[in-house]
Amino acid sequence: MDLNYSPEELSFRDEVRGWLNANLPDNLRRKVAEYQELTREDLLGWHRILARKGWVAPSWPKEWGGTGWNVVQRYIFEEECGYAGTPPLIPFGLSMCAPVLLKFGTEAQKKRFLPRIYNGEDFWCQGYSEPGSGSDLASLKTKAQRQGDHYVVNGQKIWTTLAHYADWIFCLVRTDSGTSKRQEGISFLLFDMKTPGITVRPLVLMDGGHEVNEVFFDDVKVPVENLVFEEGKGWTVAKYLLGHERMNTGRIGASKRELAKLKEFAAKQVANGRPLIDDVRFRDKLSRVEIELTALEITNLRFLDQMRRTGQPPGADVSMLKIKGTEIQQALSELMMQAVGPLAQPFKPANGGDGFDFFTAAIAPRYCNMRKTTIYAGSNEIQRNIISKMTLGL
Amino acid sequence: MNFDYNEEQQLLADSIRRFIAKDYDFETRKKIVASAEGASADVWRTFAEMGLLGIPFASAHGGFGGGAIDLMSVMEAIGEGLVVEPFLCTVGLAGQLVARGGSEAQRNALLPAIVEGRLKMAFAHTENGARYDLAHVAATARPAGKVWLLDGEKRVVLGAPLADKLVVSARTSGKTADAKGISLFLVDRAAAGVSLRPYATLDEMRAADVVLKGVEVGADALLGKEGEAGPLIEEAVDFATALMCAEAVGAMKHANDATLEYLKTRKQFGVPIGTFQALQHRMVDMVIAAEQARSMACLACAKVDGEKDARERARLVSAAKVKIADACRQVSQESIQLHGGMGMTEELKVSHSFRRLTMIAQQFGDAEHHLARFAALDRG
Repeated sequence: MDLNYSPEELSFRDEVRGWLNANLPDNLRRKVAEYQELTREDLLGWHRILARKGWVAPSWPKEWGGTGWNVVQRYIFEEECGYAGTPPLIPFGLSMCAPVLLKFGTEAQKKRFLPRIYNGEDFWCQGYSEPGSGSDLASLKTKAQRQGDHYVVNGQKIWTTLAHYADWIFCLVRTDSGTSKRQEGISFLLFDMKTPGITVRPLVLMDGGHEVNEVFFDDVKVPVENLVFEEGKGWTVAKYLLGHERMNTGRIGASKRELAKLKEFAAKQVANGRPLIDDVRFRDKLSRVEIELTALEITNLRFLDQMRRTGQPPGADVSMLKIKGTEIQQALSELMMQAVGPLAQPFKPANGGDGFDFFTAAIAPRYCNMRKTTIYAGSNEIQRNIISKMTLGL
Repeated sequence: MNFDYNEEQQLLADSIRRFIAKDYDFETRKKIVASAEGASADVWRTFAEMGLLGIPFASAHGGFGGGAIDLMSVMEAIGEGLVVEPFLCTVGLAGQLVARGGSEAQRNALLPAIVEGRLKMAFAHTENGARYDLAHVAATARPAGKVWLLDGEKRVVLGAPLADKLVVSARTSGKTADAKGISLFLVDRAAAGVSLRPYATLDEMRAADVVLKGVEVGADALLGKEGEAGPLIEEAVDFATALMCAEAVGAMKHANDATLEYLKTRKQFGVPIGTFQALQHRMVDMVIAAEQARSMACLACAKVDGEKDARERARLVSAAKVKIADACRQVSQESIQLHGGMGMTEELKVSHSFRRLTMIAQQFGDAEHHLARFAALDRG
């Protein structure tokens, strides 16, 4: 047993770290560190920098631009990005639509979409959740009726992240409402967001941010060639994607960066005449989060090592990383909130003018925003159901 | 990076698991616990034959030259089987003080005897009022001509009633809680002036309060340098703590396995109680706690073996102990709750893993003690 990275892995990490330091633009680094909203151009700008380097889609097959890295190298890369504080790579195209196309798509679909995803020419979003179908996704109702060489889509999606930036959407739609099992009769469709009949309405969250949307479909005509895999087999596609979740679900690197920031911040706050970080009640909470994060990092490495040795996909282990990782992210945002104290109250600058402390003012909205982490991507309760069923056999 | 046991470690793990399954099942354990000695001479002999007693000692003394990582699988099996033999206090603690601090003569005299199963040892250290402060030593050792005279009272000396020899900490200079001025001495348990008040611990092991009254030992009984035992004690206790973390992982495995099995078989309202989501989610949280605890046990064992920076080693062992203590409480308490009334009874092994896990949570320092140590050693 050896918990340390090998010399090769360490030099790979140093290479990635050095390159990120040299190539992450200062304005993006600052925006991420200060929790500012990232524009479409910010996100695509970083995507294209990585694409030019050849690092934007490490897990893809080499012929389509993958790097050929093993699972450990991919993990190191993702965690280094989190630690450096790069803008996120939006997963909908790179790590959701693309793996589906690689597994189930036709040659024509691959050729049409993959290079554009790689180069950041198309911004993708994901049409899964509906107002009545959250955790119970298979109950979805958005209808796609075949009419000649088109499907005609009617219905509504919700929580559609960055739909207002998107050029394309991949959707789960119901193509047959008469099946005995409701998982059958669902299909996986790709459509252009400029198609007539699509309306995107913002859902502004409690932090004032615009990330998610409602998307309405009113007689949207989608060419049949945009169907992925077989009609009625969309659930198979969706399930494949679930098993394809990435191993950086725990977001260790980003949490390490935030922990360091929190320590630095808490050392500067004065409570009862001394640095807040030396206050025992505060310090104990901080230490417990740090210990939980240390444990999660080792757990994550153990799972990676197991994957590397067995070649098996991670399965329900990812659920564990998601539960602990999001609990830690929330705990960090809560401690940051505690650290900022009464200064949590300023929210929106009147004019965004000189001297306004954007970082401090972003802490409370950040705390609000982070509540989403235990809800999205399969709520933590759903993750527990998955572990209960898959790992424990209950 | 590699979390697998190597071939030798795997073989050891398999052989001790087989031994426990066959010769140390719950019924056998009950008999051992109920015996006058509270431990089994046969089992100890077997441990020696299997080579378990020599794992963390140098080959020059008949050992394997291994470390905590090599002992992990053994400690896990000991934890899962709730083994009550004085393995940790002899091999993991008192023996480590000898191996790390002893002169060549002392090591030659004692370590082969430990490895061969002829010698059991215990570390007589904790005193009234010390809680978890390792520097709190009021017992004294005074030079008197060519000998030392030891006086003092030690509390809860684990394994003392079974030990042939004790390592006794005593102050040769300074005040009670001073970091400096502590020395270690080798003392025969049967020496004149040593008296024991033995008892069983909550987790069914044997311990004693030890009173030393004018105990005379020779100059050759001094272990390590006079007055400078502090760092040695800390190093050995960190080593033992790391091993105990691995033991906790095994005990938690038993608690979780037993509880999961119970959820699948116990029926109420016409269905297995494991079909209820309220119980499923609690079971999942127990499993997650045990996985996180296992990760920290790996980290602690790796650090006591390979970390050259004593401060970093101490900090991460404390981190591990915080996680282990929290997980021990959660898993043990929930394992009883999910078993319902049956979990309360002495008949079920799960009530015994509860007792061991409860003790582990506090042994060598509880979560609060180690949180404070962890924070104090932070470099930012």
